[in-house]
Amino acid sequence: MGLITEVGSAALVEVEEGTKIMSPNIIITSFDKLINWGRSSSLWPMTFGLACCAIEMMATYASHNDLDRMGIIPRGSPRQSDFMFIAGTVTKKMSQVVRRVYDQMPEPRYVISVGSCANSGGIFNTYSTVQGCDTFLPVDVYIPGCPPRPEAFIEGIIRLQEKIKAEHFHWSRWR
Amino acid sequence: MDKEMEEIEKTFETKELTVSLGPQHPATHGVLRLVLDLDGETVVKCTPYVGYLHRGVEKLGENRTYFAALPLSDRLDYISSMNNNVGYVNAVEKLFGIEAPERARYIRTMVAEMGRISSHIIWLGTHVLDIGATTPFLHAMAQRERLLDLFEELCGARLTVSYPRVGGVRNDISQEFLDALYQFVLEFPSHMDDYETLVTENRIWKDRTVGIGVISAEEAINWGLTGGTLRGSGVDYDVRKYFPYDAYDKVDFEVPVGRNGDCYDRYLVRVGEMRQANRIMKQCIENLPAGPVMADAPKLTLPPKDLVLKDMEHLIHQFILITKGPTIPEGEVYVGTEVPKGELGFYFVSDGTGKPYRMRVRAPSFVHASVLPRLSEGGLIADVIANIGTIDIVLGECDR
Repeated sequence: MGLITEVGSAALVEVEEGTKIMSPNIIITSFDKLINWGRSSSLWPMTFGLACCAIEMMATYASHNDLDRMGIIPRGSPRQSDFMFIAGTVTKKMSQVVRRVYDQMPEPRYVISVGSCANSGGIFNTYSTVQGCDTFLPVDVYIPGCPPRPEAFIEGIIRLQEKIKAEHFHWSRWR
Repeated sequence: MDKEMEEIEKTFETKELTVSLGPQHPATHGVLRLVLDLDGETVVKCTPYVGYLHRGVEKLGENRTYFAALPLSDRLDYISSMNNNVGYVNAVEKLFGIEAPERARYIRTMVAEMGRISSHIIWLGTHVLDIGATTPFLHAMAQRERLLDLFEELCGARLTVSYPRVGGVRNDISQEFLDALYQFVLEFPSHMDDYETLVTENRIWKDRTVGIGVISAEEAINWGLTGGTLRGSGVDYDVRKYFPYDAYDKVDFEVPVGRNGDCYDRYLVRVGEMRQANRIMKQCIENLPAGPVMADAPKLTLPPKDLVLKDMEHLIHQFILITKGPTIPEGEVYVGTEVPKGELGFYFVSDGTGKPYRMRVRAPSFVHASVLPRLSEGGLIADVIANIGTIDIVLGECDR
């Protein structure tokens, strides 16, 4: 997808690999790409902090790293959000709540698993801790770390954006 | 008017409503769940439910050597990991019967106060954010990031530091670190003035906090409150003053005390604590003594890593201490330290082996969560949010 700013040029302009457009002020793209561009550029996460990683998540939202510049605004309600950070240790008591919050989110929805605890249980291999949130949720991106740095959060979000941009028709027929 | 109300009550049937606040709620500071019985806007009954972050830290501690359980204390109160580490190593040192050298004690005091400021910044930011102000949160987090950068320079980790060690600290600090920290110490009071300009005399802030969640000094002691939550009621109890550890008996600082025991006084106490923490840091940098940073007790403390890689004897010590643990006398020990939330106590029962027979954590957040019904019942539902913010709880420590 691309825009032409040069008015009056009659020649073919290659705006993207394999996409040539003829006259100015016309955008040619596939529907998939347009929708995916829109979806990946304003991802709204669910505000849901579980443990230590949530503090680094707050640091990522706040002034120094500023996720607003990526179109990311935390939402208080699962019904308004596109994806969810599982930021912290998921205990067995909490896992039902996490699943319920996930079920309340409108489709298409994504899950980013943050930190060792959410990925695999981490150092808490105990009777009360779920050994990885992928045991009860479909996880799209895993961010390693204990806790991950804000840069790792941003990298994880970029990976999720890449995943969304590569989707075909998933925005209409969800898994 | 009464007639009108009677008329309304006749026409509409009213009843109490039970709502669940949390565990997923932006203002519950983690995974606290409150079940509120509401009569209109008034809270009739408030029941806290905890355990959503119970990770079995105490049980894990019993299955690890004293050295290997240190990272678990990071993840109790994950906002102020450094203070937890300091509390943990102080308790273990008392059990082992060793003392950290003078320089290590000063460094620990200094980094613990850094942890206190970074924790109080989070408290200030989220407390005012819950009540409706976004700007102080963004201003405060910018300064916190500087502290985290310093932590990273110190030990490589931003949040879960594990920097203090049993018998001292992991590594000595560099002159660059001290210079950067001194620069921060000099600039921080002006940033505090900024936050106070935004919040302290703000009319909305005062409307939301003055006279909310009042608890008298006697009641606060009976509920077992500690830290800023207790001092807001006018009790000057501070572990750092009454039972000094590390270098707190050698630095000069005041304990800010409130008067009315409401949310506003607790806010003033914690803001005062941040200024005092800055003073302590400054004194520590100026009076930092020279010398070693680890105690000279090779059977009880981990040897330096560079010697382990070069020297056979140190390698053997390291191997024994990591696999089997140190040989220590039987007995039990309790050490309380002043963390930003209140008094954090570590209680160890030793049976002479390298692992504790029982490790118990006295978590201030757990005690503070229990006082929520007392503060909230009879008030409005909006004040519940102010009360959650003002008692400054962290659920990782509360549920353990």
